Amino acid sequence: MSRLPERFSACAKQNRPALVTFVMAGDPDPETGFDILSALPAAGADIIELGMPFSDPMADGPAIQQAGRRALNAGQTLSKTLQAVERFRQQDADTPIVLMGYYNPIYAFGVDKFLSDAKSAGVDGLIVVDLPPEEDAELCIPAIKAGINFIRLTTPTTDDRRLPAVLENTSGFVYYVSMTGITGGAIRSREAVGGAVQRIKRHTELPVAVGFGIKTAEDAAIIGRDADGVVVGSVLCTAVAESLKDGKGGAQSVEAVRAVVSELAEGVRQARR
Amino acid sequence: MSTDRINSLRNGPDENGRFGLFGGRFVAETLMPLILDLERAYRDAKQDPEFEAEITDLAAHYTGRPSPLYFARRLTEHLGGAKVWFKREELNHTGSHKINNCLGQILLAKRMGKTRVIAETGAGQHGVATATVCAKFDIPCVVFMGATDVERQWPNVLRMKMLGAEVRAVSAGAGTLKDAMNEALRDWVTNVDNTYYLIGTAAGPHPYPEMVRDFQSVIGTELREQFLETEGKLPDAVVACVGGGSNAIGTFHAFLDDPEVAIYGAEAGGHGLETENGHAASMNGGRPGVLHGNRTYLLQNEDGQILEGHSISAGLDYPGVGPEHSFLHDSKRVTYAPITDEEAIAAFQLCTRMEGIIPALESAHGLAQVMKLAPEMSADQSIVLCMSGRGDKDVESVGRYLGMDLDS
Repeated sequence: MSRLPERFSACAKQNRPALVTFVMAGDPDPETGFDILSALPAAGADIIELGMPFSDPMADGPAIQQAGRRALNAGQTLSKTLQAVERFRQQDADTPIVLMGYYNPIYAFGVDKFLSDAKSAGVDGLIVVDLPPEEDAELCIPAIKAGINFIRLTTPTTDDRRLPAVLENTSGFVYYVSMTGITGGAIRSREAVGGAVQRIKRHTELPVAVGFGIKTAEDAAIIGRDADGVVVGSVLCTAVAESLKDGKGGAQSVEAVRAVVSELAEGVRQARR
Repeated sequence: MSTDRINSLRNGPDENGRFGLFGGRFVAETLMPLILDLERAYRDAKQDPEFEAEITDLAAHYTGRPSPLYFARRLTEHLGGAKVWFKREELNHTGSHKINNCLGQILLAKRMGKTRVIAETGAGQHGVATATVCAKFDIPCVVFMGATDVERQWPNVLRMKMLGAEVRAVSAGAGTLKDAMNEALRDWVTNVDNTYYLIGTAAGPHPYPEMVRDFQSVIGTELREQFLETEGKLPDAVVACVGGGSNAIGTFHAFLDDPEVAIYGAEAGGHGLETENGHAASMNGGRPGVLHGNRTYLLQNEDGQILEGHSISAGLDYPGVGPEHSFLHDSKRVTYAPITDEEAIAAFQLCTRMEGIIPALESAHGLAQVMKLAPEMSADQSIVLCMSGRGDKDVESVGRYLGMDLDS
């Protein structure tokens, strides 16, 4: 059973959006990366998106590109990412984990083996950027059969005509991309996002989380008025980058991420006050 | 030509953009509505006699088509086997086959009401062709080019700038074609409303592989007619270089259902297939994977991370290949063979000295393959190379490679 529905409803009971935090697995190195991951729930993260680094992240801006590059240079692999989830689960049985990335490393790993390893490691959902509904047979349908949520991105270009097809095999939650662009860009109108969330909610019962371009506690509070979840990623990757000393991470990296997440957690709690 | 349409190799792709296992639409949701729009617009244009007429007119009066079929007499004598012919795409306006595709796509962009064009380029041939058609049709143009390629193909960078294009050097990765394509995709996903992405090779998400092939198929269609007219039969073999593979698929497509015509593609063998990450021969040295919108043969490590690859030729320095080539490789209709940097340089020199034609380094890979095949064939047989581009852009880097004194 996915941990996602329960977590979203727990946040809804507190009348606040869920804080969804994205960090890159193995960034800046496997050990520090794991310590960062471990620190997220206590810092206020409700749901964790864990990036699977890829050499060619076509939908990502510089912050997440560099996070992936750091992780790969430090030897991160998909296998190690799954092991990190397994290790995390020994200390935290409740925080949902969603793996996010691109299809090729999964395809190279083998879809069936990946799904069975991910399931037993304790993964709740998948977001795979380059698998639109047109390619559902590749991973989406097998993931659902394996009991793992497949979370779809909807974007400002997904019109009402296309939305039902996008939502059809979506489970866990719907990820609304707040703008046309790459991760870490600028949202043109935070207010317009609310209308888009309402539009999606007319088509689905699933929670709607909003991501791309949310940087501050204030952003999180404004977006969180309408959204069931706010996703923050690039600022956390930037915090890791800025914490490096002579290119190396350490306890200060964990602290840097923890500080940003605490602030954002405060933001989501202000959203509907 | 075979009339057995069911078993034809020319039917692809299917409605999902697949050539067997390969191809498809592996793109972010933001781009999905755009490529569906593009597909509709392309289907519509294909039905429109005016669109076809405009392409034909531009091909004749702007590009200079048909390109000649040329008998390479001295090379033939030197190699001592089959007659060697060149299909002279390097004589096209802008100096390569790339203009064939750019004219088709710019007309489509205009039909779709797009007001900005972006493109990726490796050797700069596609960048120059794109900048050219954008100048002619008065559309602003941004070309993404790897920083390494900007350096090794600077004459083309100057040409693009003079034509009014903005050239953005991409320093990510190894600074080659793959990185340029990533950056072009990032731009497209950001500027969805007004921007047309003019992909230069027969790769990327459906419908690009099909569309680029269709616009390039004029090469093989003309060649088939010219050869029949000149020699009264079909050639025994056709050869082209394969990076993404647009000149190759354009050359091959007309011959796929002619079993008597052997077809060869020359991949970039770089320092040799045994050198790890030292070549760009995705079919001979890679395995199927998903990148840049399609499933195809890719150079990748065990973890599915894409390798940079290497080729002396910027236009072939790409870790993937168009999906239709992957299909033709698996079906064994086309033989793809690696050509090393060294073999390509030798072919470049031989062609320059013996025929007075300076070939692009990309085309020199094809010629090196011809040099291996022709001596094994008989004098009454013929082999045709698609001379896809001219080598003016390469004289400096070849001179440097050969240690020639460039200052005196």
